[in-house]
Amino acid sequence: MRLNTFKNVLFSVLFLAISFAGYAFENSDSKEGEEFNPKEMILHHVKDAHEFHLWDWKGRPVSLSLPIILWTDNGLTTFSSSKFHHDDNGKVIVEENGNKFVKFHEKIYQLEDNASVIEFDEEHHPINAHKPLNFSITRNVFMMWVSVVVLLLIFLTAARSYKKSSDGVPTGIAGFVEPLIVFVRDEIGKPMIGEHKYKRYMPYLLTIFFFIWINNIFGLIPILNGANLSGNIAFTCTLAVFTFIITTLSGNSNYWKHIFWMPGVPVPMKIFLMPIEIIGMFVKPISLMIRLFANITAGHVIILALMSLIFVFKTVAIAPVSVAFSLFITVIEIIVTAIQAYIFTILSALYFGMATEDHH
Amino acid sequence: MTITGIAAIGAGLAAIGAGVGIGKIGGSAMDAMARQPEMHGKIQSSALILAAFVEAVALFGVVVAFLQG
Amino acid sequence: MDLITPDFGLVFWTAITFLFLLLILRKFAWKPILGAVSDREEGIKNALKSAENARKEMENLHADNERILKEARAEREAMLKEAREIKNKMIEDAKDQAKEEANKLVAQAQASIETEKQAAIAELKSQVANLSIDIAEKVVREELSNKDKQIKLVESMLGEATLN
Repeated sequence: MRLNTFKNVLFSVLFLAISFAGYAFENSDSKEGEEFNPKEMILHHVKDAHEFHLWDWKGRPVSLSLPIILWTDNGLTTFSSSKFHHDDNGKVIVEENGNKFVKFHEKIYQLEDNASVIEFDEEHHPINAHKPLNFSITRNVFMMWVSVVVLLLIFLTAARSYKKSSDGVPTGIAGFVEPLIVFVRDEIGKPMIGEHKYKRYMPYLLTIFFFIWINNIFGLIPILNGANLSGNIAFTCTLAVFTFIITTLSGNSNYWKHIFWMPGVPVPMKIFLMPIEIIGMFVKPISLMIRLFANITAGHVIILALMSLIFVFKTVAIAPVSVAFSLFITVIEIIVTAIQAYIFTILSALYFGMATEDHH
Repeated sequence: MTITGIAAIGAGLAAIGAGVGIGKIGGSAMDAMARQPEMHGKIQSSALILAAFVEAVALFGVVVAFLQG
Repeated sequence: MDLITPDFGLVFWTAITFLFLLLILRKFAWKPILGAVSDREEGIKNALKSAENARKEMENLHADNERILKEARAEREAMLKEAREIKNKMIEDAKDQAKEEANKLVAQAQASIETEKQAAIAELKSQVANLSIDIAEKVVREELSNKDKQIKLVESMLGEATLN
């Protein structure tokens, strides 16, 4: 059985079980006639999801079912998200591996043995269910992998073109990415870390720059329903933690002295500064995390809010205004994609530079 | 007034602070660039970094508003 | 609140994916690309340096050429001067020699003329003497054809000889 589960995971991960919603399932609580709620729509868009909803066709959603991978008391459990039949209100119960699961507001809950319907208390905590560890390939994970594939295609092709040309002259896509790489090296790496030490950090800086940038851009592509990966706090948190780990590990004695026993100030000041500096150590990655998350999420929220105006006012007359404004914001957001990737990278480099700065 | 409304006001106040701060940075950066066009690149990148720092403070406010909202 | 709670699954996948991407790109993309870029920059720097060196060398060479040319010109000048001097000297010498030769010739000619003259005079003298003896013989023969005249002559001669 264990083997079977493993196969399932492999199958799901490798082939992503793409199944379009072609089955005859009547979505009982069709949203038609329901009052349009922009906040709900925007939050639904900005948050992660377990299926890749592309568009509605004749009242039925066309979507990519993504695999759900859960770690429960009975071990690894995998099934396709299509088993929930697009239900997001905890009504469809999926029985898998001896456990009952429901999906409520894009969260998977495992029902207690005797429960048949999920119930919540005042604080929105479930009474008769708990959340299993969820390693599902969600919309964001899926888009992240797409972005990784795209990045690998671009940069491995570029690297190969250097090998091919004997004189090291960039050709094809290498001619496009080389100025960007040189920009990261000359405008971010060298001035922030220093001429002698920047080389060690270049792979990290380059990877983080392009990874953030491409995911920012992917978030703006409308047909992908804006998988809001770089506007997800989990994503930015992970990257910020990486920066924090590298900063802490590469900190030299000078860096730690500046944190715990600030040189050049009187002793009471040293004692006063120590907690501030220790807080600062953690505030730096936290601000990195918040900045990227809030910037990208805010961009998405604004664009969607402007588009929602059409449905809020229930008139086509507002459409030109709202389309024009959201186009304007989208163009600004395209600039912001690059700026935020640049800022995340340059601040990471700045922190590395502070950690490795020699005494002078 | 609901807690959400108060959170919205807080987010707005944070936005005012950040707006003033970034405006000052932008103005001074423009001034500096006009005085020393040859330092254009350096001023621009420093201005962006400083704007990011100011913005972070405002974003903390927004996130606290999110927490309540 | 929901929006700013990191979801564990996404953190997990992001960490794994990012590490994977970092390792792959570091090995197969950043290393070759940055290597190629820095190689090229190094190459350009070297090429510029060698071009500068070549320019300097050319300048040196140019200066050398100039110097050599100058020297050559001076040398030619000197050689020409020398040649002119030699020519003048040769002409002078030739003139002197010719004059000397001429003088010598003239002297020789004079000497030979003198000798000829002496010889001619001597010849003339001997001719005249012979002639005189012949004449004298004839005369004497004529005179001594009779005894009287002979005795008279002997006596006159003896008288003259006694007188000596």
